[in-house]
Amino acid sequence: MSDVLFTNARLIDPEAGTEFLGWLSVKGGRIADHGNAHPHAIDEPAQVVDAGGKCLAPGIVDLGVKVGEPGERHKESYRSAGLAAAAGGVTTIVTRPDTDPTIDNPETLEFVTRRAQEDSPVHVRPIAALTKGREGREMTEIGFLKDAGAVAFSDCDHVVHNTKVLTRALSYARSCDALVIGHPQEPELSRGASATSGKFASLRGLPAVSPMAERMGIDRDIALLEMTGARYHADQITTARALPALSRAKANGLDITAGTSIHHVTLNELDVADYRTFFKVTPPLRSEDDRLAVVDALRDGLIDILSSMHTPQDEESKRLPFEAAASGAVALETFLPAALRLYHAGHLDLPQLFRAMALNPARRLGLDAGTIAPGAPADLVLFDADVPFVLDRFKLRSKSKNTPFDGQRMQGRVLGTWVAGTRVYEAT
Amino acid sequence: MPFDQRHLLGIETLRPDEITSVLDLAEDYVALNRQSDKHADALTGLTQINMFFENSTRTQASFELAGKRLGADVMNMSVAASSVKKGETLIDTAMTLNAMHPDLLVVRHPHSGAVDLLAQKVNCAVLNAGDGRHEHPTQALLDALTIRRAKGRLHRLNIAICGDIAHSRVARSNLLLLGKMENRLRLIGPPTLMPSGISDFGVEVYDNMRDGLADVDVVMMLRLQKERMDGGFIPSEREYFHRYGLDADKLSHAKPDAIVMHPGPMNRGVEIDGTLADDINRSVIQDQVEMGVAVRMAAMDLLARNLRAHRAGAA
Repeated sequence: MSDVLFTNARLIDPEAGTEFLGWLSVKGGRIADHGNAHPHAIDEPAQVVDAGGKCLAPGIVDLGVKVGEPGERHKESYRSAGLAAAAGGVTTIVTRPDTDPTIDNPETLEFVTRRAQEDSPVHVRPIAALTKGREGREMTEIGFLKDAGAVAFSDCDHVVHNTKVLTRALSYARSCDALVIGHPQEPELSRGASATSGKFASLRGLPAVSPMAERMGIDRDIALLEMTGARYHADQITTARALPALSRAKANGLDITAGTSIHHVTLNELDVADYRTFFKVTPPLRSEDDRLAVVDALRDGLIDILSSMHTPQDEESKRLPFEAAASGAVALETFLPAALRLYHAGHLDLPQLFRAMALNPARRLGLDAGTIAPGAPADLVLFDADVPFVLDRFKLRSKSKNTPFDGQRMQGRVLGTWVAGTRVYEAT
Repeated sequence: MPFDQRHLLGIETLRPDEITSVLDLAEDYVALNRQSDKHADALTGLTQINMFFENSTRTQASFELAGKRLGADVMNMSVAASSVKKGETLIDTAMTLNAMHPDLLVVRHPHSGAVDLLAQKVNCAVLNAGDGRHEHPTQALLDALTIRRAKGRLHRLNIAICGDIAHSRVARSNLLLLGKMENRLRLIGPPTLMPSGISDFGVEVYDNMRDGLADVDVVMMLRLQKERMDGGFIPSEREYFHRYGLDADKLSHAKPDAIVMHPGPMNRGVEIDGTLADDINRSVIQDQVEMGVAVRMAAMDLLARNLRAHRAGAA
């Protein structure tokens, strides 16, 4: 935990919504101060990092990362996920419980917490399942799990069908002041779908779901929030049709936030082209109109959080016909360069991006992160927002290489990552 | 005779002049097939493997006959869907077959896009004999040949495709082909059996047979799959036949010389009246079967020419 002084940095402050050329000092693993004039004399900084005018921002807090432990360690371990995160400028990964077995009891949670502490160079905060086995029948031990470190509760892409079960879980979670993360999707309408309904899905002959299924899902969950007053986060809002409901719910004062995934704001359904299974994600990629509406909502803050939805899959589970192939994409290392597409396209400025990728997720989960305010942990990412490169999936640190960005031109790369003032990644 | 394809995976990638090439060559094979000596040697020395992951009698027989008449060594592999756990071994099967050096691989698979996937992994020419709800190109080509022979042309016709459009690969390939050849297309069927995004296809959509059939030159009926018949998509077979089954009364709204087509096998009394299906003055359903063999011979011949040219170039 050495002291560091960053000079000549383009500081990204998502809280103030500003960026400026300046300096930032780190002492004892925490941010000591920052400013735009010459740095105060700080007592013998162990290390001075001349940022050379590159961007210095709070480390990314990635909500909804799948690590393959327990059960699918061959797809991703805490070590490989942590290294990938560090290389991607992600300083906190918030892990999903859709493992095998499900993280639905304090013992399993303690196991993964220990594994994470042993192996991951970045912070790991776990989400626990909302119902046992993610089966939607009985709620988990929300109180114990929260005490054991669960920062939120979710059945991930398993929608809790039974509204009575969900109502009770939401009410009980509220009594524990626990955050529930829902997957807004009408489960029957979306059953078996691997594409979004429309001309493209019809031409490809793929089973498809209407975007309306997402709106129905969010409508239902909002109604239950009105009943229970629970704290709720929608994991991925990906369609224009779901936005008015979200906007009304927020205006009505419900404790609701929403996220979206990097793939839904940078890709659309046509990218699937000739059945490219690396583009198969849940929910399926949407139309360009939906993508743009979601980007606007992200900029305006209606959608609060941008996540990578990192989902490692091995080659075998993707080398199948599209309908039968596994869903999901690895994204920890491509998260920032992909998000910078929104910056380069003029949709969001850098403080807005880091509000969605660092500040808002940290706030929503009650984590001490996501900011460059003095006193905050020195979780930082130094990156060049402009440098171009062509992505080679085999160079990814993730054990799984299922990225839709393989071979694509990207702009922006991470130069260094610090967790609590310690450098955990340095670009070569 | 322009035809620049390595595989025949769908109509989507064919140009109109390539479609015409297949049909023109197929005409020669229609003539050949009507002789008592039906042998040609276009595929002599080549190995054709028919790999059907989904049961089919008619299409497989048609491909088998087409290959044998052209002198290929034909092998049939029936890989029932139950024994192959949902396509898991598809790539492995392809690699295994590839090691046997086939020249033509005819594949049917229950998943859309599966044949494309397989084609990426093998060194031979692949013919799509139907993949999920995606495409069935030889069916569209044989339908086109049937229409061209019956109507004397394959453009500026009013063509209605009726029935279960949503789940039909035949409908998709026909839409693409007949659209490329500049015909006016109508889709007729209950909304539950229409694909999504249909308004973007540049076709007219009807949910009433009498309105939809008005003044059409060609009526293409589609097979209604048994599993769609009860409750889920339509209320019952008898209501479906009443509203959407083709009978003499509904057909009377079409042009007097309109032809009736069906890809088979037919559900008599469900999507088509049995008497009408057998009416040689209106129904060209038997012609479709005959054209099927000729079109498949033509398609395999053209692919084999490209394959041989490619190998000669590589050698």
